[in-house]
Amino acid sequence: MDLLRFITAGSVDDGKSTLIGRLLYDSKSILADQLEAIERASKSRDDGEIDLALLTDGLRSEREQGITIDVAYRYFQTPVRKFIIVDAPGHIQYTRNMVTGASNCQLAIVLVDARHGVAEQTRRHSLIASLLGIPHIVVAINKMDLVDYSQDVFSDICIHYAELAQKLNVKHVTYIPMSALNGDNVVDRSESMPWYEGQTLLEHLETVEIADDLNLTQARFPVQYVIRPQTPELHDYRGYAGKITSGQFRKGDAITVFPSGETSTIDAIEIAETELEEAATPMSVVMHLATDVDISRGDLIVRSDSQPLSSQTVEAMLCWMDSKEFKVGNKYVLQVGTFRTRCSVREITYQVNVNTYEQIEGVQQLRLNDLAKVILRTAQPISFDPYGTNRASGGAILIDETSNVTVGALMLVGEA
Amino acid sequence: MKLDYLDQLESEAIHIMREVAGQFERPALLFSGGKDSITLVHLALKAFRPGKFPFPLVHIDTGHNFQEALDYRDAMAERIGEKLIVRYVEDTIREKKLKEPTGRNATRNGLQTFTLLDTIEEFEFDACIGGARRDEEKARAKERVFSVRDEFGSWDPKRQRPELWNLYNGRIHKGENVRVFPISNWTELDVWNYIRREKIQLPSIYFAHDRELLIRDGKLMATAGGVIKPEADDQRVTRRVRFRTVGDISCTAASESTAETLDAVIDEIQATRISERGETRMDDQLSEAAMEDRKKGGYF
Repeated sequence: MDLLRFITAGSVDDGKSTLIGRLLYDSKSILADQLEAIERASKSRDDGEIDLALLTDGLRSEREQGITIDVAYRYFQTPVRKFIIVDAPGHIQYTRNMVTGASNCQLAIVLVDARHGVAEQTRRHSLIASLLGIPHIVVAINKMDLVDYSQDVFSDICIHYAELAQKLNVKHVTYIPMSALNGDNVVDRSESMPWYEGQTLLEHLETVEIADDLNLTQARFPVQYVIRPQTPELHDYRGYAGKITSGQFRKGDAITVFPSGETSTIDAIEIAETELEEAATPMSVVMHLATDVDISRGDLIVRSDSQPLSSQTVEAMLCWMDSKEFKVGNKYVLQVGTFRTRCSVREITYQVNVNTYEQIEGVQQLRLNDLAKVILRTAQPISFDPYGTNRASGGAILIDETSNVTVGALMLVGEA
Repeated sequence: MKLDYLDQLESEAIHIMREVAGQFERPALLFSGGKDSITLVHLALKAFRPGKFPFPLVHIDTGHNFQEALDYRDAMAERIGEKLIVRYVEDTIREKKLKEPTGRNATRNGLQTFTLLDTIEEFEFDACIGGARRDEEKARAKERVFSVRDEFGSWDPKRQRPELWNLYNGRIHKGENVRVFPISNWTELDVWNYIRREKIQLPSIYFAHDRELLIRDGKLMATAGGVIKPEADDQRVTRRVRFRTVGDISCTAASESTAETLDAVIDEIQATRISERGETRMDDQLSEAAMEDRKKGGYF
């Protein structure tokens, strides 16, 4: 059985929590005591209906305000697939939390209110999904019950969204008309929309092809830790422990180590002390090399036939995540894979208006939740792949040297 | 090559453990002899053998633990040849003159936090690996894999660090520490399926056995060790039970069961309509935000 991680962003008003609640409820993933707890909580509200949205908001302040502030993770499975739901906020002031949630997802559900069509929030969420390189988008056209289940309304929104998707780098878009409140086309097929012949949301989630999304061509292995038992019987044992973040390695492959540029061949690949002929992403393994090479945490082992970029001046899309401003000249720690180096801000090329996609030039500083194209200069060369081709080796974070907090998410574009 | 979801979860957990080894100077693995921390030890063996663990095992013993879990804990540490540090809530109560909760459903579970913080200080641990899962409870569903705590151990849900891709930021100031949860993305059923697949031995109390119990507020509470003081309206019974979670005796209820094997236990868990904590933990049922409040106070 395989695993699909998907994100849904939005707040209670958008029907996101109702949608997740419906998905869990109709797929029988909610247990009796959890249901009783929300029934109790629903009774203290006005209408007395079971509020499926209460299943999702976890923090006291979220329940009080009726909004989602931070990402929550939920789990369910059907006989064919396991799912991790990344339940993210939709408000613009929590964009950084949505970006955090989106980084690991293979699919995004973008909620559209059928009454309002493609709105500012739809545009923002789609932009983030596309920037973070999520390969599959489901446009969930919700609240169809409030537009008389009209096929025309649905078709108009599809046409509208397709125009927007063209401006973004989104590979696969699927449109589903639904009413999360009434359960139409979420798990069960809608009787009110016989004109819709596509899959229900759950059917789509269960069958969407995700194996193709793995990057199997660029073999990358960031070294996390060196295993050296130094016991008499294992005196010369020296294993490089890490996770294959993309591609595949075979015993005997020629490899290059970055940043040193040294070369060697793979002598053995192990998992839990058992040798393998080959290993692929996303496996965590131990690698042994045929020759003595100086390797430690932070180094990147790649197959010599597909080399990454290596540069001290890099271009990147940045989501700024801190309340202190991001300015030209500022210095941060940059982490890509297991490698860390200091960097300084060379240029803010342009800022992106997250609602209109307009590029704003001449910006001097970025504030919390701003998105921009930037140029950074690093103290040592960093090895990476363009994020568009490889999410694992093209994603990087910025860390504030004084507060130690993660302050920025970088999608590396290339050398500047 | 297509990896099964258990392989993916395993790989993710091993990666997280190795990040702890690579980023911290004095980490520790919190080990209680319960199934989740047993799974962590198994994952650590896969992450670091043939080398030694880059951290000791640490247990905060409330003095109210099941003997079977303690025996298992000691035997495990012995078998794998790793260092085990045990610190006792009893000692903290005495030395710090803590007031122990009294009354009907009194538990030392909350006092564990004091001993844990003292132990972190004593050994200057900068990271503590724990077996908490996001599916357990709604406050946990919000917590990061690397959860930074201040010197009082507090979790501030509004100031969590962004955590992207598989990049974990373990940089901290002196006095702070990080709680790390490698099996964050595992569900209860994933843990059981993994235990079955990997043929991991568990303490006997996870399987059906006859036991003397008290029925209190509809829950089956163990009489073992005299931790729970019987009251007039408690009914004394002997039932065939197993434990779905193994925590402090004072707040862990048993489940009626005939499941003597892992297969049978997994069948029962798949069929149940009640969540793990809902069925067995008394401490989460105090209020809607019980776990959130305890984590803010430094609880795991």
